[in-house]
Amino acid sequence: MSARVDVRKTYKLYIGGKFPRSESGRSYEVLAAPTGRRATPRFLANAAMGSRKDARDAVVAARKAQPGWAGATAYNRGQVLYRVAEVMEGRRAQLVQDVRDSEGLTPARAEAVVSAAIDRWVWYAGWADKYAQVLGGLNPVAGPYFDISAPEPTGVVAVLAPQASSLLGLVSVVAPVVVSGNTCVVLASEDRPLPAIDLAECLATSDVPGGVVNVVTGRTAEVAPWLASHRDVNAIDLTGAADAAGVEWGDLELAAAENLKRVLRPGGSGPEAVEPDFDAVPDLSRLTAFLETKTVWHPKGR
Amino acid sequence: MCHPGGPRVVRWCPRPTVTRPHRPPYTPGVSTSTEVDPTTRARDILGVSRLTNSALTGWLHGLPGVDQVGCEARAAALSTRSVKTSSKAWAIDTAISMIDLTTLEGADTPGKVRGLATRALVPDPSDPSTPSPAAVCVYGDMVPFAREVIGERDVRIAAVATAFPSGRASRAVKLADTRDAVQNGADEIDMVIDRGAFLAGDYLSVFREIAETKEACGDARLKVIMETGELVTYDNVRRASWLSMLAGGDFIKTSTGKISPAATLPVTLVMLEAVRDWRDATGEQVGVKPAGGIRTSKDAIKFLVTVNEVAGEDWLSNEWFRFGASSLLNDLLLQRQKMTTGAYSGADYVADDAPSGY
Amino acid sequence: MPTFEYAPAPESRAVVDIASSHGLFIGGEFVEATGGKPFKTLNPATEEVLSEVSEATADDVDAAVRAARSAYTRVWSRMSGADRGKYLYRIARIIQERARELAVLETLDNGKPIKESRDVDIPLVAAHFFYHAGWADKLSYAALGENPRPVGVVGQVIPWNFPLLMLAWKVAPALACGNTVVLKPAETTPLTALLFAEICQQAELPAGVVNIVTGAGATGQAIVDHPGIDKLAFTGSTGVGKMIARSISGTRKKATLELGGKGANIIFDDAPVDQAVEGIVNGIFFNQGHVCCAGSRILVQENVADEVVRRLKRRLTTLRIGDPMDKNTDVGAINSRAQLQRIEELTAAGSQEGAERWDSGCELPSTGYWFRPTVFTDVSQSHRVAQEEIFGPVVSVLTFRTPGEAVAKANNTPYGLSAGIWTEKGSRILWMADQLRAGVVWANTFNKFDPTSPFGGYKESGYGREGGRHGLEAYVKTGSDQ
Repeated sequence: MSARVDVRKTYKLYIGGKFPRSESGRSYEVLAAPTGRRATPRFLANAAMGSRKDARDAVVAARKAQPGWAGATAYNRGQVLYRVAEVMEGRRAQLVQDVRDSEGLTPARAEAVVSAAIDRWVWYAGWADKYAQVLGGLNPVAGPYFDISAPEPTGVVAVLAPQASSLLGLVSVVAPVVVSGNTCVVLASEDRPLPAIDLAECLATSDVPGGVVNVVTGRTAEVAPWLASHRDVNAIDLTGAADAAGVEWGDLELAAAENLKRVLRPGGSGPEAVEPDFDAVPDLSRLTAFLETKTVWHPKGR
Repeated sequence: MCHPGGPRVVRWCPRPTVTRPHRPPYTPGVSTSTEVDPTTRARDILGVSRLTNSALTGWLHGLPGVDQVGCEARAAALSTRSVKTSSKAWAIDTAISMIDLTTLEGADTPGKVRGLATRALVPDPSDPSTPSPAAVCVYGDMVPFAREVIGERDVRIAAVATAFPSGRASRAVKLADTRDAVQNGADEIDMVIDRGAFLAGDYLSVFREIAETKEACGDARLKVIMETGELVTYDNVRRASWLSMLAGGDFIKTSTGKISPAATLPVTLVMLEAVRDWRDATGEQVGVKPAGGIRTSKDAIKFLVTVNEVAGEDWLSNEWFRFGASSLLNDLLLQRQKMTTGAYSGADYVADDAPSGY
Repeated sequence: MPTFEYAPAPESRAVVDIASSHGLFIGGEFVEATGGKPFKTLNPATEEVLSEVSEATADDVDAAVRAARSAYTRVWSRMSGADRGKYLYRIARIIQERARELAVLETLDNGKPIKESRDVDIPLVAAHFFYHAGWADKLSYAALGENPRPVGVVGQVIPWNFPLLMLAWKVAPALACGNTVVLKPAETTPLTALLFAEICQQAELPAGVVNIVTGAGATGQAIVDHPGIDKLAFTGSTGVGKMIARSISGTRKKATLELGGKGANIIFDDAPVDQAVEGIVNGIFFNQGHVCCAGSRILVQENVADEVVRRLKRRLTTLRIGDPMDKNTDVGAINSRAQLQRIEELTAAGSQEGAERWDSGCELPSTGYWFRPTVFTDVSQSHRVAQEEIFGPVVSVLTFRTPGEAVAKANNTPYGLSAGIWTEKGSRILWMADQLRAGVVWANTFNKFDPTSPFGGYKESGYGREGGRHGLEAYVKTGSDQ
């Protein structure tokens, strides 16, 4: 009995709820992380090599989706995001496989990472209808006014996903951006993009509207500057600048200054960028980094 | 424009009862006379074929709202105007000339009313250049005693009517009250509206009562007291102002003085906006009279500033603006003396025939 | 001659005593600058020289940062929050005690009407210190994150439109959170900041906690670039804000930027019209329109546009323009010749582009910098007067037909600082407030400020908030922050 020839998956971009190839027609080889047993890295797949135009299209999709996503009720966003965790659980096997291959983990460790990633998604999803109460509130102004401050999403966020932590790290940067009603363009880990596409498939098969999360795979150094300088991007998360080949996060921040993007700098101190430990318990800082505070006044009279 | 008159020599010489003032009433720059009947005129203004309560309701409720906080902030801002030296002197004399010097007590006697009237003629015996108040304001049955003193001189006699202050009586009684006061020689009638009817939404009834009272006034000018302290909201004050003007009131007046709050600056501000907008809409000028609670010169000047900056200088005379007050005159006289002598004055230097505290 | 002409009612100038020259306030002492070129500060209403002020060099800024660092390390960051709070309470009280002096000085140096410095600026300054004083020992309750602690030495650069108020917005939260400060006031309005230095001395604030260096752009740049600065707080133009953002890119300096705006003040046909007109006036003619959150674009529903404009113009004829020291002045002097030229240039462009220009035609003083309150009608979105921040007493009137169109026009700008909504319909207010991309939305009011109320912009109007619990965030680090 001959072994079955398996049906391989094509890893494409995820833009506006669809899975296009790169407009550039390019792709690049994704290799498994070296585990020490193999001399030559194992070929995993060809990933789409996203271009600046793909990034541009992704921004257009994100901008288009943003008002609707922000306008959904918080309860609804919470449920939609929770649903993503359900789908991730259902696709657990593939996530484990891709994380294991991408990061060179043991099966047990890969299981643990996927579990943590799903749990993290659930943790953030639960914030959807709570953060406004924690972060907003009534201001006791000295006058006959009702004065309230509430957080709002900043808009479209470009996210440089962590280079090393291909799923847990990815979830840890994407979920806090979208839970508040932002939409995003994620530049996946350059060398470990496959879990990002797996996550995109989870998003596509859950109820997350197309365009809320857009995933571009490719060379960070090639695409990131276009996102950093893009005038229709409101904020940028530079977490993935750590260990990205040919990327100086200061240059990206400089470009981001042109339209005063909100910039979440990479971890580390001084010019050095260090990828954070995503096993650590998160706080609200990644959520608040992409919020605006809106204060509304109204007189109180008869 | 009414600049307070020059020196006025007045001698106290009581006369026999005068039944009617035969001096023609004011000849305003803009006509307020309503030669057509008020209902026809109201139909024209509203653009309806029949004046119904629902037509009035639609019209009044279509007026722009008043935001309380913004309105009060504007009044407070106007209150910060600093009126000094020559402008203060002018303002004090103007304010004196705008007073309806008032006594409206159950305990009013002929003696008290005569004293009040005398005071109106000679507000400050030490300075004959002091202008007289515009009018004395008394109950209708007291008009003859005021007339005894004032005679034909240039101080008007105003009488409250229409079952003042509550307005709770039948229409017939209210109209009889009005005719009686006019008969007694009143130049001006201060009526009260039926606040109950207004608050119940029966605008047509309020309209008719004002219109009929106006008719009963004959040549006397009609001031319509809305009792804003009972209407409570500025939206109501605005609606009552427009309703009163529509029905033919010559003045709109805040209060009876029997209900607190009475004449606040923001209420007066809303009324000044109403008369300004009414003139824009119809070409007719209507006067404003805040009454009750205005006791100091400082307060009075704030009202004048508000008149000046909201309605405009066309209202800066006693033809178009009055203060209903009793003790205000004393303070204005004290301030006037201070400006004349340079020293602060005291109550002992102001002759008062009708001290309010008995 | 008007019937009721208000006689001049000048506030007394005797309450202030302006030194002919001023040093820098570094390490608790007034010191000579090390060689910058001293500059003059003028009364913009008269062009009279008020005083000569030192220009801090990069060396002076370095000395100030070192003094601040030393005070931070040795004293201020170690002091209990309760004690820090007590110093701030002292400062608040001294400001109240010396309120009239500060108001007069502010008006002389800035040109704003005494009524505003007296009734708005200085009371708010005291309120800011009073409010933040109470936070100093309560930061762990402020939901800022785990273990809130000061950032370090803060560089602060403030504008000329609300000189002392902007100082208070910057200094009070910084000190409450345990930071020390190097602050540069604007070059045209340094005097109240220097008087504030004296107030710090009277309060016996530890030396070096507050340092005040005067100067122009170069001094500001020296603060921004100084490696010893941990955090920057800037209020001013979007152009300079972007320069600062570029300067600190790739560093670990934090920044809050409170920048320009082109606020839309939206008037619906069911607005409380008299208050709306007041709101327009307060929105754009308050402080000569030198207000970043000014309602410089009136968006009025087309079916009431003529009526609203008519009422607005009538109201503007009662505005009193002139001597800022007169207690009855509503609109004072433009702060500087340069600013006046910018206003003149932009308004000239407005006329050229075909907008209809109107002003009240009131008389202006013969010396000083003045500009009549001006209204442009027939303005479209593409006109420069509708796009660019004029920062003067000039308002553009545009129309809209539906709430959605009002939102679209209001948001159609790179700025996002403020917006106003005038309607008596509650649900529409809430819907509009949700849609508007602006940090502060005033509904049926405008230009209200309070220390408890966070203020700051969306988009190119900057980032970070000042005031309220939110304003503290910029001045602490939490959790694992380094």
